[in-house]
Amino acid sequence: MSITGRTGATPPDPTRVRPYGDTLDDGQVQLSFSLPLPYSPEATEAARLLVKKMGMLDPRVYHAKDLGHGYTFFIVYARCAASVDATQIVVPKIEGDRMSKKEVDALIAERIGRPLVILGATTGTDAHTVGIDAILNMKGFDGEKGLESYHGFETHNLGAQVANEDLVAKAVELRADALLVSQVVTQKDSHKITLGQLIDMLEAEGLRQRMVVVCGGPRISHELALELGYDAGFGPGTRANDVGAFVARQVIERGLA
Amino acid sequence: MSHETDSKLGLDPAAVASCRVAADAIATDIDGFVRRHTTVAVERTVTRLLGVDGVDADAVPLPNVLVDRLQAAGRLGEGVARPLVAAVAATGREPREVAEAVSAGELDLLAVPEPGEAELRQLGARLAQQAVDRVAANRAERARLQAEMQTHPDPLLYVIVATGNIYEDAVQGVTAAEEGADVIAVIRSTGQSLLDYVPFGATTEGFGGTYATQENFRIMRRALDEASARNGRYAMLCNYCSGLCMPEIAAMGALERLDMMLNDALYGILFRDINPQRTLVDQYFSRMINAWAGVIINTGEDNYLTTDDAIEATHTVLASQFINEALAARCGLVPAQMGLGHAMEMDPMAKDGFLMELAQAQLVRECFPEHRLKYMPPTKYMTGDIFRGLIQDALFNLVGVWTRQGIQLLGMHTEAMHTPHMADRAIAIESAKYVMNNARSLADEVEFKPGGLIRRRAASTVAATVELLTEVRDLGLFEALAQGRFAAVKRSPTGGRGLDGVAERAPDYYNPIEDALRASLRLEA
Repeated sequence: MSITGRTGATPPDPTRVRPYGDTLDDGQVQLSFSLPLPYSPEATEAARLLVKKMGMLDPRVYHAKDLGHGYTFFIVYARCAASVDATQIVVPKIEGDRMSKKEVDALIAERIGRPLVILGATTGTDAHTVGIDAILNMKGFDGEKGLESYHGFETHNLGAQVANEDLVAKAVELRADALLVSQVVTQKDSHKITLGQLIDMLEAEGLRQRMVVVCGGPRISHELALELGYDAGFGPGTRANDVGAFVARQVIERGLA
Repeated sequence: MSHETDSKLGLDPAAVASCRVAADAIATDIDGFVRRHTTVAVERTVTRLLGVDGVDADAVPLPNVLVDRLQAAGRLGEGVARPLVAAVAATGREPREVAEAVSAGELDLLAVPEPGEAELRQLGARLAQQAVDRVAANRAERARLQAEMQTHPDPLLYVIVATGNIYEDAVQGVTAAEEGADVIAVIRSTGQSLLDYVPFGATTEGFGGTYATQENFRIMRRALDEASARNGRYAMLCNYCSGLCMPEIAAMGALERLDMMLNDALYGILFRDINPQRTLVDQYFSRMINAWAGVIINTGEDNYLTTDDAIEATHTVLASQFINEALAARCGLVPAQMGLGHAMEMDPMAKDGFLMELAQAQLVRECFPEHRLKYMPPTKYMTGDIFRGLIQDALFNLVGVWTRQGIQLLGMHTEAMHTPHMADRAIAIESAKYVMNNARSLADEVEFKPGGLIRRRAASTVAATVELLTEVRDLGLFEALAQGRFAAVKRSPTGGRGLDGVAERAPDYYNPIEDALRASLRLEA
């Protein structure tokens, strides 16, 4: 491949996008990793060769640090030979414009006429409530009030470490319109197992199509959520109004209320 | 701080003193409640310290086998020591052999005739003394090792390992110790706090952490002892003395020479929805064990600032620290063993947020001058932007050294991404060493301007703390928890997990371990 800089006021070519360091198409990337080798010139050479085997050009090991006990950490810069065609990419996204709290409340009042019942929980063994609290609780997050503060929602935050069975039972008891599931711990894909089980249970009970079911967490994408059988997935930076708008629109579109 | 001239914040000593008075009244109330109750976890702990260990054919731990029998017969309130010691007297076997015989169905624990009360108590006291002596020997061994080796100035550098596999944890712990970490904490598998038994043996599978088992404690201790000897610096080992098995973990830690334990009086109630009565009884016994073992406890007030707003809720942290201090003192813990927790969790984009964080850290330091304060890093506002994260952690380290915190849990720039990689930890340790060494004597040089933002912030936090503690004292701790005064979480005294494991003590309740600990710690009988 040839990597060249701009010869004039050339715009980037979206059909073959490469990393940008300080010159168009220079392909510059930074990598850092550790190897289970004692700190030595040989370890540094191993790091360089490894990056080369990744398909990188001109790897330069700028920093090697002895981590002790036979391990070494490296910071490497190299040029990436690969490119992607960005014009061919399709990422599933949640549709619809952003709505404010006021707009969500107005939509629900006008089109549904009663508060929607939302249950939220961090499921399985996961003990992190930060995400579910940020979306549901009055206080919210980053200046955006939680769904508890909306006229359009009756919220129930069940907290953390809620078994999927208990969430389903509670959903029936409270006649939930929507379930919000948070998953933070992703070690060994524990989140996928727990999330998948909930959908299986809802389907077995014939409840899946009767409610909006969404999940969220720092490692959750909309795409992953769809794969797992959820209506939507909310990643980092999500605010209560994003979730509220999605739930309200879904309920209306699917005629669930 | 005894008088105002010692205070860089110009704190009103009378206000601080009134916090202590209120917290002491709260602790007195709880003390009375605890002395009238026991729990399945307390009783299982008694069996462990009397030497019971192992599991039955269905992998049920033998301490559970014994205590479940007692509970099923409605006799939990008598204490397990009574039938267990009676069985030792009747059979001439060791407590562990008695447990094995009960589990094999060869012996009915509850049908063994009791010897006379004097004989029972004499034998019980002898067995309990062996346990207390064994723990004392571990404590002496720690003191010997520490005296031989170098110590790092406070704040101690505290890092976590959390691979799920104890053998991998050992490798990570050893590298961290080599890089300069003073304390290695093995994070527990998520969910263990809600198990009403302690898993057995070495484990290699966990989620978000590694199971706390006695064998895992042993494996880590051995690895860190070897690293300590090589490095000439004693590496402390920390684990989680919390959840439904709080006192059992304390016993296991005491037997395996752990040095530090997360051991909060309220954490399980607020953040794991464990029943308040259960937790308050369990924390008391676990802390007596930790006190005798020379363990430094860490309390969990830092968590209040992740569920509540860190700028608005600093007084709840301070109030809880006073309560934790008062409760811990009743269990024989001395200030040097109290790692009262707090955190740097304010929104990093807040104007003058650094000044408010500095004010809070200095305030906690001055309220608890002899305590080994545990300072927790930013987590709530860590984003996955590792470059910004490194700067947040650098500012956190600056506050830590400036305000002379006791234990600095090093922030990870990869917080909110994954459990730390080996290199993440190395970068965090290197950066902490740089900042702390570079600013080591800053505290000696800087005073805070009278009437300035920092002093005003500290004074208003103290005022709000006095108010909150007074309210909690008037309500009683149980009612205050029910009303959601801490961490914006409401917990009823009869709600949550584990209430069925609480029993009122019968008039003939017998716990020789508690008796021996009270005597050794010179606590009121």
